[in-house]
Amino acid sequence: MSPRGGGEPAVVPDAEFTSYYGRPVVKPAPWAADIPAYMFAGGLAAGSSLLAAGADLTSRPALRRSGRVTALAALGFSAAALVHDLGRPSRFLNMMRTVKLTSPMSVGTWILALYGPPAGLAAVAELAGVPGVPRRLGRVLGALGRPAGLAAGLLAPPVAAYTAVLLSDTATPSWHEAYRELPFVFVSSAAAAAGGAALLAVPAAQAGPARRLAVGGALAELLAEARMERSMGMTAEPLHQGGAGRLMRAAKLLTAAGAALTLLAGRRRPVAALAGAALLAGSACTRFGVVEAGLASARDPRYTVVPQRRRLAQAATRSPRA
Amino acid sequence: MAGRHSLFGPIDPAADAGWVDPPPRKGFFTDTSVCIGCKACEVACKEWNLLPDDGFELLGSSYDNTGALGSTTWRHVAFVEQGGRASVDLGMPGLGPPAPAPAAPAPGAGAVAGAPPGSEPPVSAAPAERPDFRWLMSSDVCKHCTHAACLDVCPTGSLFRTEFGTVVVQPDVCNGCGYCVPACPYGVIERRPGPAGDPLAGIAQKCTLCYDRLRSGAEPACAKACPTDSIQFGDVEELRERAAARLDVLRAAGQDEARLYGAEPDDGVGGTGAFFLLLDEPEVYGLPPDPVVTTKDLPHMFNRASAAAVALLAGAALSFLGRR
Repeated sequence: MSPRGGGEPAVVPDAEFTSYYGRPVVKPAPWAADIPAYMFAGGLAAGSSLLAAGADLTSRPALRRSGRVTALAALGFSAAALVHDLGRPSRFLNMMRTVKLTSPMSVGTWILALYGPPAGLAAVAELAGVPGVPRRLGRVLGALGRPAGLAAGLLAPPVAAYTAVLLSDTATPSWHEAYRELPFVFVSSAAAAAGGAALLAVPAAQAGPARRLAVGGALAELLAEARMERSMGMTAEPLHQGGAGRLMRAAKLLTAAGAALTLLAGRRRPVAALAGAALLAGSACTRFGVVEAGLASARDPRYTVVPQRRRLAQAATRSPRA
Repeated sequence: MAGRHSLFGPIDPAADAGWVDPPPRKGFFTDTSVCIGCKACEVACKEWNLLPDDGFELLGSSYDNTGALGSTTWRHVAFVEQGGRASVDLGMPGLGPPAPAPAAPAPGAGAVAGAPPGSEPPVSAAPAERPDFRWLMSSDVCKHCTHAACLDVCPTGSLFRTEFGTVVVQPDVCNGCGYCVPACPYGVIERRPGPAGDPLAGIAQKCTLCYDRLRSGAEPACAKACPTDSIQFGDVEELRERAAARLDVLRAAGQDEARLYGAEPDDGVGGTGAFFLLLDEPEVYGLPPDPVVTTKDLPHMFNRASAAAVALLAGAALSFLGRR
């Protein structure tokens, strides 16, 4: 268990906790594994598009190819997970009825709708040089590859960041209280995952940027996660308990191990592959852990009632006595 | 249209949603001090709105076998049994004669015409005889918040603000994403789990404040069915005055713990369209003590996410500096 947020003045007495038969006050999101899987894959796609765009500009064809193909595969996987979660694929189109800035899901849908086509086109453009593809088509693809890839790279960061807002913009205690740092956790996790995927697929000679992105992302994720836990107060507890706790511990361990392996021996292919796999698994564990911690915080009325009681008590001591 | 207070603070929700000359805002004032726990509201709501059953299980929580608000429960009566408290006479009507009553014939003295004046009836409710125990019963419902998180986060526009200032789901537009469920700070709205084949399975549902009845000038089914006027329907402005007056009466009677919940237009959700007179802390009834619409922090959230996105772009660019 983590200590309470540092340096909180002890003027307010600890809030008393009562509940209605221990029942939850807020409802947990009705989301199964589809949603964290979708978030992991979205982050992987976004980071891979960034690597591919950079590789294209700096003439690293193997890194470019692996980035574009990984992005398309991850995007396809995340779309499938999303449709599976909705359970009614035909009704996905209802998302397109409106653009709604107060709904991170609406904003995210439109970001994905903008990002998906260029990311897909960039991956398809990798077919340009493949034998058997007609030369004319190959020339068109070759011409479209770079603009599409760069557009996907520019649209990728919002894809990686918006899912944090998606979770935070709820009354689920452990998601809402994480809103300051969660975007940084998620984009770093995306960077680590994309770097890891490239380490698996790209020869060491071209994987320098992937190694740096992987290590930088992993370190940033560990830092942002530590800061997040400190700013969340008691709603950080579910991140350490039960299934969510196990996932978060695994995430930290895998991410740190992946970064260390990359630093120590990332140029040797077998070690690089091992490091890449650890980073991918760590990134997935982060998403599953954060989602599971939020659901657990919603199921226990303590995490809804006690912080609100404390807030009321603080407001009462602060306000001038009338 | 959308103004300064569109995300937080006191507004007229119908006007903010773009309705021109909307009728007065409608809502519920639920006075739990006169709730008798009859569940007529639950039944009337189910009947009128054709809601399926919630399963037939005994929950072991007093007379509450419904549990909580959800997709098939749009009114929910909470039962709280509290010991260790002195109860206070709320001025409820009871059995027995009024205080300066003319003497009633004593039982068994039917043959005697005219008992001596001043003889007490056998049933009396002297304060000293009351048990050190009280019931709290409260009929809960969707709050129809001034700033409704469910409506804010709905990506399809399925949830909308009616001309009466209430919040309603359009089942044919809802795509079942379930985002409104964790967004509600009161845990009201829910995705209906099944059965498979039901056109409403997988669709988010909650109280509509009987939008269909309102449109034809009728009051909602629960308020209509409430035998004690614990559930009062009307214009929110007027209901707030009525609630304040009732609170004064209860306070004057020594009910110090009585309080209004959701009636303040500058609370975390801008005040609710359905508000309550409670006799204890909100969480005793399963209500959040200080709910805040999550959208209040949304601008800050998008700022943080934008900063993170820029950081990712910069980090990716930096990783291409240096040797191969």
